[in-house]
Amino acid sequence: MAEFLLEIGLEEIPARMIAGAEAELGRRVTEFLTRERLLGANGKVTTYSTPRRLAVHVEGLALAQPDKEEELVGPSWKVAFPNGEAGPAAIAFARKAGVEVSALTRITNAKGEYVSATVERKGRGASELLAAELPKEVLSIYWAKNMYWRAGKLERFVRPVRWLVAMLDSAVVPLEIAGIGAGNQSRGHRILHGDSPVVIGALSDYLDALRTTYVEADVSARRHKIRKALDHETRAIAETPGARWREDEELVETVVHLTEWPTVLYGSFEAEYLALPEEVLVTVMRDHQKYFAVEDAQGKLAPHFLTVLNTQVDDTGRAIIRHGNERVLRSRFKDAQFFWETDQRIPLTERVEMLKAVTFQKELGSYFWKTEGNLSVVRELASVVTKNSSLAFDEIGLLVATELAKTDLTSELVKEFTELQGVIGGLYARTQGLGEIVASAIYSQYTPASTEDAIPATVEGQLLGLADRIQTIVAMFEIGSAPTGSKDPFALRRAANGIVKILAESQLPLTLGEVVAASGAANEPVLGFLVERLSFYLKDVRGFAYDVVSAVLAAGSEDVRDAIARAEALRSVRGSEDFVAISAAFKRIKNILRQAAEKGELVSSDAVSESALIQPEERDLLAESAELAARVAELRLQHDYSTALESIATLRPAVDAFFDKVMVMAPEPELRSARLALIRSVLDGFSGIADFSEIVVV
Amino acid sequence: MSSLQNVTGAQGAATPDASPLTFQELLFRLQKFWADRGCVLQQPYDVEVGAGTMSPETFLRVLGPKPYRVGYAQPSRRPADGRYGENPNRLFKHTQFQLILKPPPVNVQELYLESLTAIGIDLRRHDLKFEEDNWEWPAGGAWGVGWQVMLDGLEITQFTYFQQCGGLDLDPMCAELTYGLERIAAFLQDVDSIYDIVWARDPETGRTVTYGDVRLPEEVQFSVYNFEFAEVDKLWEHFRLYEAEAQALLDQAGVLFKQEDVDSKSKRRFPLLAAYELALKCSNLFNLLDARGAVSVTERVGVIARIRALAVGVARAYAFQQVS
Repeated sequence: MAEFLLEIGLEEIPARMIAGAEAELGRRVTEFLTRERLLGANGKVTTYSTPRRLAVHVEGLALAQPDKEEELVGPSWKVAFPNGEAGPAAIAFARKAGVEVSALTRITNAKGEYVSATVERKGRGASELLAAELPKEVLSIYWAKNMYWRAGKLERFVRPVRWLVAMLDSAVVPLEIAGIGAGNQSRGHRILHGDSPVVIGALSDYLDALRTTYVEADVSARRHKIRKALDHETRAIAETPGARWREDEELVETVVHLTEWPTVLYGSFEAEYLALPEEVLVTVMRDHQKYFAVEDAQGKLAPHFLTVLNTQVDDTGRAIIRHGNERVLRSRFKDAQFFWETDQRIPLTERVEMLKAVTFQKELGSYFWKTEGNLSVVRELASVVTKNSSLAFDEIGLLVATELAKTDLTSELVKEFTELQGVIGGLYARTQGLGEIVASAIYSQYTPASTEDAIPATVEGQLLGLADRIQTIVAMFEIGSAPTGSKDPFALRRAANGIVKILAESQLPLTLGEVVAASGAANEPVLGFLVERLSFYLKDVRGFAYDVVSAVLAAGSEDVRDAIARAEALRSVRGSEDFVAISAAFKRIKNILRQAAEKGELVSSDAVSESALIQPEERDLLAESAELAARVAELRLQHDYSTALESIATLRPAVDAFFDKVMVMAPEPELRSARLALIRSVLDGFSGIADFSEIVVV
Repeated sequence: MSSLQNVTGAQGAATPDASPLTFQELLFRLQKFWADRGCVLQQPYDVEVGAGTMSPETFLRVLGPKPYRVGYAQPSRRPADGRYGENPNRLFKHTQFQLILKPPPVNVQELYLESLTAIGIDLRRHDLKFEEDNWEWPAGGAWGVGWQVMLDGLEITQFTYFQQCGGLDLDPMCAELTYGLERIAAFLQDVDSIYDIVWARDPETGRTVTYGDVRLPEEVQFSVYNFEFAEVDKLWEHFRLYEAEAQALLDQAGVLFKQEDVDSKSKRRFPLLAAYELALKCSNLFNLLDARGAVSVTERVGVIARIRALAVGVARAYAFQQVS
């Protein structure tokens, strides 16, 4: 068994794309080697990456494919052996296959009798196969954005390929990618090692060879090193004893993929900047500078930051780099402070008119237009909430928040930190004395931004969030910009997910239909779109099985929290034996009714006439189901779905007995019609919580 | 705060070079470095532009197959960025050192790093990262992929592999390096305000002239003009006139280039470069109108499309002219 190493040397790959590409390289190489029968049972494929390289190391590789026998099919037997003697066709075929005429055999396939020859196929060598096929695999790796660089636009890849290492044990595999021939020379850290090549000897020493040139190619080792260094450096902050760095997995991943040889350095900023809102400080540090924020022992932001370097320097170098980073951060904070102060000169209340100059969507209008639309929706939602419940909220505060919600788009601070829209508006509202209700609603209008995000904490914030999203969705649908397939340029799915999540996790007495109606006329496509997002939410966020979701939504999809409660009840009973049997019976009922309808039978929706039923089993089912239906209806009103479903399951003996003894499609028309009406009434009576026929019975 | 001062003390001692490059020396060094590597040194383009990319030395030279290497400083006007000289980090007009390498040599990144060494940056004592940053200029139908080069957390260069210009694929493609001279100078000199950058130092007396001495009045007066005095009606009028003239030239080029019996000399002498200059005028006038708040929401997209039509029109005609 042999080892193989491929390293693709590149100019710096965008950090966000590295992990996916590394995994894809591993998958492609594994699949390729498996397909070509080169990877043994104990074969192992390991991948590595840094910003400048993607690598894959294979252990347990066969040096050649095993030989295999292949059966070649020639001319028809009759043609090849006229009168049982080998004719010219048989001789030609034997020559072509490289076997004696006497070795030809007769086979029978679908088309008739044919001549066949069994030949030995020599397996191809690993080196030859890798050289011939691997470049195609590498060049097929998906990149979110790629480029061409060679004259003639020969191939596209994320960045130019600059070197290649391809070795089978100690021999170079002569493969070529994008005009670069493979060798045994890699490269080290740009600055710490410089341009001199790194010769790769034993493949098992690949990682160590690179480490001597200040490159840690093992991603998990690099991540571990960064985390440890963050801990270590944080403890070195003498000014703030007990300091901790703020955990931020996403940022850790980013810096892991921005460095080949990471070290960590802390810096400080003047405490006066702590007067700026924490949101602004953290955004500058995290999003703009890729710094980790530091907090003191009490969890309050401390005037320090941690930066992950892609180098290792002496104390003089550390002082220089620290000073440089502090200088950049200070000027950014100074800017933010300047913008904050400038923005206060025009309060939010005087910025509504200015929204006329900010485009919302070019076919629809400005944010002034958007604000008016939101106001009308929010008024309607408020009145429905008041009508439906006694949920308390501050309607004036809600209207003020809605009117001012978008005004921060005209502020200098939001122009600088667009990701803080809403947040800045909320902070300004608080500073400008507009009250906590208004401030909090504006602050949280864009949450939840993702399915993991929390919903706004206040009723006013929730209503503003609903109004803003549904207004956008309806308007976009009206101009024909609904999402199609993978295309959703206005992130309407995310907006709809937000609506579902707010309804699911708040106490708002609103159905999806009421939310849509508040935006204007009834809109079937929009409602359908929201129901589709509800289905997504139940499956992907809440983890309900798809059949549970289908069953629940078939019985009603307007009330989001009710749908969740029904799904939970259904999930808890669906494993029970009685329930499985009942589901099967309901499916059977549905099938019978469908077939009857196809034959033109009219199934009455009137009350079932007891007198028409003759067998005891059917009379029992009628009596029992009528009694149970009343009880279930009562439980449904109380939203006690688990008990209701458990009750429905108790119908099983009666249903089983019915199907055991009674033939629904009786020859007598009157009897048949009564029986159909009976099973229809059973189906209707118990389908209000979920359509059990949707449940997949395993 | 005492601990912070300690940190600052250590940094003072750590300053690598007692007298870092002046603003003009920085430019000299970059020019010399790239001239030594085969670049033509051009002068700044003498028409108002928003970025070095818009100079024909970039926008038009990148088209077609002919190799070219050029470097030039380009004062770049962004009227809306003016701050009356009051903000230490923002300017109405900043200076880019722009470099085009067509096609780029395989060691273009290494050459770039050498250029940093040439301006006095000891890379062994700094943290350097190439972070993804893709550039585009929609009005020019131009885009590329590349990086912002981060030095100790400061973006000092935009490094782009230019892929399309004027809506045309570039073949060969080229590398575009844009050094932000004010930022780099402020970094080298460790000053917190651009206006404190030493522009020149008299070698005999040691007297210095600062960036503020040279440029502050211009920043103040152009902020005043751009935001307060520029006459909107006249700007629109200028815009229309330049646009009409550029379009007329493009129309004539269209007719001329379609004729088969016209000799290639007549095609090659057709003044597309003038048409491009007129398009640049439109672009600058649009920026002025924008700074003045005179472009309404509904107009904005349309006006950008009009500029794009001119820029892309010139690029296409120019590419055709190159092979005539």
